[in-house]
Amino acid sequence: MYRHSRRTRTTPTPRVKAADVSQVLDTPPPTAPPTDDDLAALAARHGLAVSGARPSLPEYVRELWARRHFITAFSTAKLTAQYSQAKLGQVWQVMNPLLNAAVYYFIFGVLLGTKRNVPDYVPFLVTGVFIWTFTQSSILAGTRAISGNLGLVRALHFPRAALPISFCLQQLQQLLFSMCALVVILLCFGVPISASWLLAIPALVLQFTFNAGVSMVMARMGAKTPDIAQLMPFILRTWMYVSGVMWSIDKLAKGHHDWPSWVVPVLQANPAAVYIDLMRYALIDSFHASQLPHHVWAIATAWALVAGIGGFIYFWKAEETYGRG
Amino acid sequence: MADIENDQIPTVVAHGVDIVYRVNGTGAGKGSATAALNRMMRRGQAEKAAGVRKVHAVKNVSFVAYKGEAIGLIGTNGSGKSTLLKAVAGLLPVENGRIYTHGQPSLLGVNAALMNDLTGERNVYLGGLAMGMSREQVRDRYEEIVDFSGINEKGDFITLPMRTYSSGMAARLRFSIAAAKDHDVLLIDEALATGDRSFQKRSEERIRELRKHAGTVFLVSHSNKSIRDTCDRVLWLERGELRMDGPTDEVLAAYEDFTGGPDKARPKATAA
Repeated sequence: MYRHSRRTRTTPTPRVKAADVSQVLDTPPPTAPPTDDDLAALAARHGLAVSGARPSLPEYVRELWARRHFITAFSTAKLTAQYSQAKLGQVWQVMNPLLNAAVYYFIFGVLLGTKRNVPDYVPFLVTGVFIWTFTQSSILAGTRAISGNLGLVRALHFPRAALPISFCLQQLQQLLFSMCALVVILLCFGVPISASWLLAIPALVLQFTFNAGVSMVMARMGAKTPDIAQLMPFILRTWMYVSGVMWSIDKLAKGHHDWPSWVVPVLQANPAAVYIDLMRYALIDSFHASQLPHHVWAIATAWALVAGIGGFIYFWKAEETYGRG
Repeated sequence: MADIENDQIPTVVAHGVDIVYRVNGTGAGKGSATAALNRMMRRGQAEKAAGVRKVHAVKNVSFVAYKGEAIGLIGTNGSGKSTLLKAVAGLLPVENGRIYTHGQPSLLGVNAALMNDLTGERNVYLGGLAMGMSREQVRDRYEEIVDFSGINEKGDFITLPMRTYSSGMAARLRFSIAAAKDHDVLLIDEALATGDRSFQKRSEERIRELRKHAGTVFLVSHSNKSIRDTCDRVLWLERGELRMDGPTDEVLAAYEDFTGGPDKARPKATAA
């Protein structure tokens, strides 16, 4: 049983050719210590697979699907663990976004007076803040998905894409709590319930796909260069201010006729702005279709597909390297 | 023995394996802003100058493990045992060489997937799912896991958050979750030393059971006794290099010589 006894080191030798391998197959040397080539041939002969190798893309998707219950259980667990030490417990799930919205209302609505030319400013602002927070926290969580969970990555075997996706799912669940608060706010400010509220569902599906895709890109970059996690808050804050979270891109453009013609379409095609405006259009009756860019659903779908598929493939390409320190 | 081994089926083949960790932020003037800036400016240059230190944890290790074997990994602290085990599990990428395995080797341990703020009950589910069990499998095994851990022996603790458990209770639950699954190739990292005496006995029994189902077992331990009890072959790693590979008694004798004898006074002869 101990045929490699006392052999402590092996020196690399050139690879054997096919003919040599077949010879090995026919007559395996019983006692002689094997060379490196024998080891590779031995593994091949018994159909052993390379440990930690990256699976093919379809195989990877299949593995990920097999772990779907883990993904949902992990995200729910993270969500409930978040406030488990607080006295108010899960009430914070709703309180947090509400307080957030109150702060923005105080600054932009009361102090800066941005609301003057926007009808239904509070619902407008709160929708913007909630939808933006969804994208922002998904991306932030995604950046740390691998680098912040190295213990998990180094202890268990599962498709690593489960981590960024799970974190985005956690943010989606968080958003659903926020949406409950939002509905109350909408009704309090006299926004009528309408059939267009159903449009929120496809809008959220597209936004989730987009978020998950970007998170996977950031997860790979963050795994390689953890410094990115320090940089992200600044990038995201800049992104927030150009995305029309607390002001209306449309109204601002009307006040600035001197802007070059490309500025407004570019501002409006920004994915965050697209998803925010879609949600406002779905929920708020005074937000009209004329305030949306042309082909808004096409743009929203395109962003989701490009980020979702591109991000997934980009993440999968480095699958075997996650976990390296 | 030589004639038996020809019929043996290999389950793990390691072939010239090198494993290197890269640690950021170890350059001169650690952590200061200028040092970091310097690091960024010199990114393209040698990694050492850029403050990235390489730790060569495992160097050119080759071995073949066969079905039915229980292999112990020994060596002083920091000799690369756990690292090698993680690489066999496919969790740490190798720098050079290859590791071939039969099926998916699994590390016995789910600690990283569990959350202290959640109840024991939810952690059983989370841990089971993390190991790749289906929901139904976890549900079927749930009672068994809780009974085995003995968490509920002193009242209904399984519905309390894990942070309220004593360290021994938490360790018992973790082991029970981890041991609930059968594995092709089982990798155990010092898991035997958890819990009180009666739980240790139960877990040793469970490991023997797992061994019967598993093709091959690897055990990392600092307890020469548990290695002697469980393993029939031992790999001795020292500073990342495979120093010896052979029958348990032979290797353990040499190792004990090297570390200064089992429990008796150190012999006069210097380390082999």
